[in-house]
Amino acid sequence: MQLTGTLFADASALYGNEISTFPDYPAEIRAPHGTVSGVSGFQVHIGSNEINTPGDFCDVLVAMNPAALRANAKWAKPTATVIIDTDTFDEALIKRAGYATLDPITELQIEDRNIIYSPITTLTKESLKDSGMDQKAIVRCKNMFTLGMCFYMFNRPLEFTYAYLEKKFKKKPALIEPNKKVLFDGFNYAANIQAIANTYTVKPAKQEKGVYRNISGNQATAWGLIAASEKSGRPLFCGSYPITPATAILEELAIHKNLGVKTLQAEDEIAGICTAIGAAYAGNFAVTTTSGPGLSLKSEALGLAMITELPLVLVDVQRSGPSTGIPTKTEQTDLAQALYGRNGECPIAVVAAHSPSHCFDAAFYAGKYAMEHMMPVILLTEGFLGNGSEPWRIPSMKDYPAIKPPVIDRCEGAFKPFERDPKSFARKWAFPGKAGLEHRVGGLEKNTAGVISSDPENHAKMVAERAEKVARLADYLPEQKVIGPDEADVLIVGWGGTFGHLYTALHELQDEGKRVALCHFDFINPLPKNTADIFARYKKIIVCELNSGQFADYLRAKLPQFDYLQYNKVQGQPFIVKEIVDAVNAIL
Amino acid sequence: MKYTAQDFKSNQEVRWCPGCGDHAVLAAIHRALPVVCEQRGYSKERLVFISGIGCSSRLPYYMDTFGFHSIHGRATAISTGVKVANPDLSVWQACGDGDALAIGGNHFIHAIRRNIDINIILFNNQIYGLTKGQYSPTSKLGQITKTSPYGTVENPFTPGSLVLGARGTFFARSLDSEIVLNQEIFVAAAAHDGCSVCEMLTNCVIFNDGAHSTISDREYRADRTIILRHGEPMVFGKEKDKGLILEHGKLKVVKIGENGITVDKLLVHDAHAEDPAIQNQLINMKYPDYPVALGVIRQVSEPTYDDRVRDQLTQVKEASKITCMDELLRSGATWTVE
Repeated sequence: MQLTGTLFADASALYGNEISTFPDYPAEIRAPHGTVSGVSGFQVHIGSNEINTPGDFCDVLVAMNPAALRANAKWAKPTATVIIDTDTFDEALIKRAGYATLDPITELQIEDRNIIYSPITTLTKESLKDSGMDQKAIVRCKNMFTLGMCFYMFNRPLEFTYAYLEKKFKKKPALIEPNKKVLFDGFNYAANIQAIANTYTVKPAKQEKGVYRNISGNQATAWGLIAASEKSGRPLFCGSYPITPATAILEELAIHKNLGVKTLQAEDEIAGICTAIGAAYAGNFAVTTTSGPGLSLKSEALGLAMITELPLVLVDVQRSGPSTGIPTKTEQTDLAQALYGRNGECPIAVVAAHSPSHCFDAAFYAGKYAMEHMMPVILLTEGFLGNGSEPWRIPSMKDYPAIKPPVIDRCEGAFKPFERDPKSFARKWAFPGKAGLEHRVGGLEKNTAGVISSDPENHAKMVAERAEKVARLADYLPEQKVIGPDEADVLIVGWGGTFGHLYTALHELQDEGKRVALCHFDFINPLPKNTADIFARYKKIIVCELNSGQFADYLRAKLPQFDYLQYNKVQGQPFIVKEIVDAVNAIL
Repeated sequence: MKYTAQDFKSNQEVRWCPGCGDHAVLAAIHRALPVVCEQRGYSKERLVFISGIGCSSRLPYYMDTFGFHSIHGRATAISTGVKVANPDLSVWQACGDGDALAIGGNHFIHAIRRNIDINIILFNNQIYGLTKGQYSPTSKLGQITKTSPYGTVENPFTPGSLVLGARGTFFARSLDSEIVLNQEIFVAAAAHDGCSVCEMLTNCVIFNDGAHSTISDREYRADRTIILRHGEPMVFGKEKDKGLILEHGKLKVVKIGENGITVDKLLVHDAHAEDPAIQNQLINMKYPDYPVALGVIRQVSEPTYDDRVRDQLTQVKEASKITCMDELLRSGATWTVE
C-alpha cells in the first residue's frame, strides 16, 4: 500500500518536473494543514487499514474495504473523490466494520462526495487470470489496478512506473508484465467509466459565516435552472441527450420532479433542443444541455429559437475538441461556435460561469435573460467546472431577483407576435391555450404581424431588430468589475472557468509587487457596457484563455481600439498558476 | 362552443399548386375539426398545428389556430415538446414523406415508440416537391426523378410497417381525395389517446403526377382499394362483390358468391387487435395482387408518454419532503461556519 502511494508520488514528481504541467501539486502530494477547503494540492491515501495522518485532508480516498472507509472518511474533503472497492462492501464486512446500517456512504454522510464505485477485486482477478500467478498474489495486485485508475484521473503517464517496475522486479521478471498489465488495465478502466477527479482550484479566502454545502458545477447549473423556473413561475422542461461531460445536469434535473421539473431524454441532440423549443412555445422554461459536438448538432435549431424569438437556455459544458476530441478533458474552445456557429445573421446572447458554485447564478441569470428578453441564451461552462466542486455558502431565494417573462393573456384586435417592447425589444410570449392569441411562428422570415414576408426592407428591419434586442441586453447587465487597482501596467483578461487560476496568479503577482489587475468576464455577448472604459485604463491587456485566442479575436472585433496580447493553452488541461505568472511577468 | 369549418380557415392565401392533393387534405381537416372540438370538448385555442419543412408543412399557415412551422424533419420533436409541456393541448402535425421519413426519421419512430399523444398527418406524395422533384424514401424502386435519372436503386419504406415496427398504436391510410373518409380518420385520430399516424397518399401534380393513379382513379378506385372499418367484414369492389379471407395465415382476395363464399365468411376487421400480424398484412397489400387498404388499420389502447410524465410528476411530488428551492438548497449534507 505504501508502495502504491510512493509510485504515484514519484510519477507525479517526475512528470511534474520534466514538463512542468502540474507544479501546483507538490511532490509529497500532501495538502496544506488546516482548512478543509481552500487548498489546491491533493494527497492520496490508498488504504485497507487506518492511516493516521491527522490534520491532513485528502482529495482522493481509496477505500479497499468498509473498515478502511469508516476509519478514513473523516479525512475526505467535501470536494473529495472516494474510490470504493465494491467487492468488499458486502453485508458481512460492513457489519464487521461496525456500521450501524448497511449503507456506509449515507451513514458517514459522504453521499455528496464524488464516489466512484468499482469492483476492483473482480477486475484485478480478470486482468491477471492468465498471468500464472496464484490467487493470493493476484488479489494483492489490486493496489496496482487502483494506481492505474489514479494515473488516468490525474493525467499521470504510465512510463515512469513501468520503468520502476522493471527495475524493482529485475530479479523476479515474472512479476514485471502482470504488474504492468494490471496498472494499464486500471488506467483504461478509469478512462472507460470516465472517472474524473475534482481538480478545481479554489481561492484560499476566509470563509464568510453561513451554512455551507458542497456543490459541483453541473449540480449547481441544474439547481440554478430550477431556481429560475421557480422565480418565473414557468415549469422547467429539459430536453437533452446524454453527452460527456454535461450528462450530470440532465441526471440531476431528472431527480427533481418534486419541483415540477420535466426531463425528456431525447433520441438525439437535435430532438433535445427541438423538444425544448416546442416546450418554450407551449409556455415552459425550456432548457437543453450539451457539450461541443452537441452544440454543433443543435445549430440549426438554435437559429429557429432565435428567429421565432422563444426563450431557451442552452448549456454547453465545454470539452476538448474538435469533433470527439478528448471528451473528459476541459477546454474553452466552443466560444466561437457559441458566438457565430449558425447560418444567417443570428447573434445569440452568450454568458459564462466562472466557478463550480457560480454555475448556479450563471444558470439562474441565463434563464432570467432568456425569458424576460424572449431569446435563446447560451451558457458556457466547462468540464473543469461541471465536474469540479467546491464549498458553497447556501444562498436564500429571497436574495434573487424576480423573473417576469412578458407573458400576454389577451389583446385588443389581432395579436402581432413580433411587436416589441420599446425598451428591451422583447416580444410577447403568447402560448397555446390563450383564446384570441392564435398565431403562427416559424423559421421563415415574418413581419411584425407574424405573416410570412420576403420583402427586402422587412427582412433588413427584422434582422436589425433581432440583433438590437441582443445588444440591448447590455442595458440590463451589471457593470463589469475589476479585481485589483483601477489603473495598472497589465490587465489580465479572462472568462469562464479559468477564474480560479487567474485570480491566484493575480495575487502572486501582486505579492511580488507587480501592478496588475484582473478583469474576468461572465457576460460575453453582449459585453458589459463599461468594458472599453476599463480597458482604456491599463497599459497592456493580456487575454488568457484555454483556446487559441477566440475571446481575444472577439474583443478585437468589438473593441478594435485596444491591443490585445494573448496567453493561450489548448492541451485539454486547465491553466496552472505559474504559467500565468510567467506570461504576465514576460510582458511587464 | 360550436364551430364550423370556416372558423379554422386562416386569412392567408393557400399557395399550393392548383390541383395539388394537399388542398383536399386541408379541406378534410377544416371539416373534421368542428366535430373533433365538439366530441372532445375542445375550444379552438387548445389546438396547435406543427410542421417541418416541405410543401405540406405550409399547412399551419392555413389554419386559424396556434401554429409552428419549424425546420426540416424536426416537427415531431417540436410536437413532442409542446405536448409534454402542456398535455392539455391538442397537437397536430403536418409533415411530408421526406420530412418525416428521411431527415426526420429518427424523431418519427421515437415519438411513435413513446406513444406521445399527437396526431401526425403524413402527406405521402412519394417525391420531394418543394426542392422540385428528387426521390424520397417512399418513391417506388426504379422511379426516375431529377436525382435518379436512371431510376432509383433503393427500396421504399411502407410507412405503416414502420409505424408497426416502432410499436405504433394508431395507423390510418387514405387518398387525398377521400374527403369524407379523411374527416372520419381525423376524428378517430383525435379520439385516440396516443400517437396517431394518418398517411395521406397525395398527388403532386407537378413533380410526381399520377403516383397513386393506379388505385386512385375514380374508374377503378372501388376495385383497387378497400376501406376498412373496425368490426366490419372486409368487402370491396364497385359491386361490393369482393372480399378478403384468411387462408393458411395469409390474406386472400375472394369473390362473394363463388366457391361458397358469403359475406359472413369474410374476415372482420379488428383494428383493436394488439397482435399486429394481420394489420401488417393489410398495410402491405399492394395492387394488383390485392386492394390497397384504406381507413383506420390499427387502433390499440396503451398508456401515453405524456400521461405517464404527468402521473410521475404527481407521484414524486406527493412523496417528496422538498417543496421549494430553499428547501432543496438546504437538503443533504451541510455545515455551518460561525
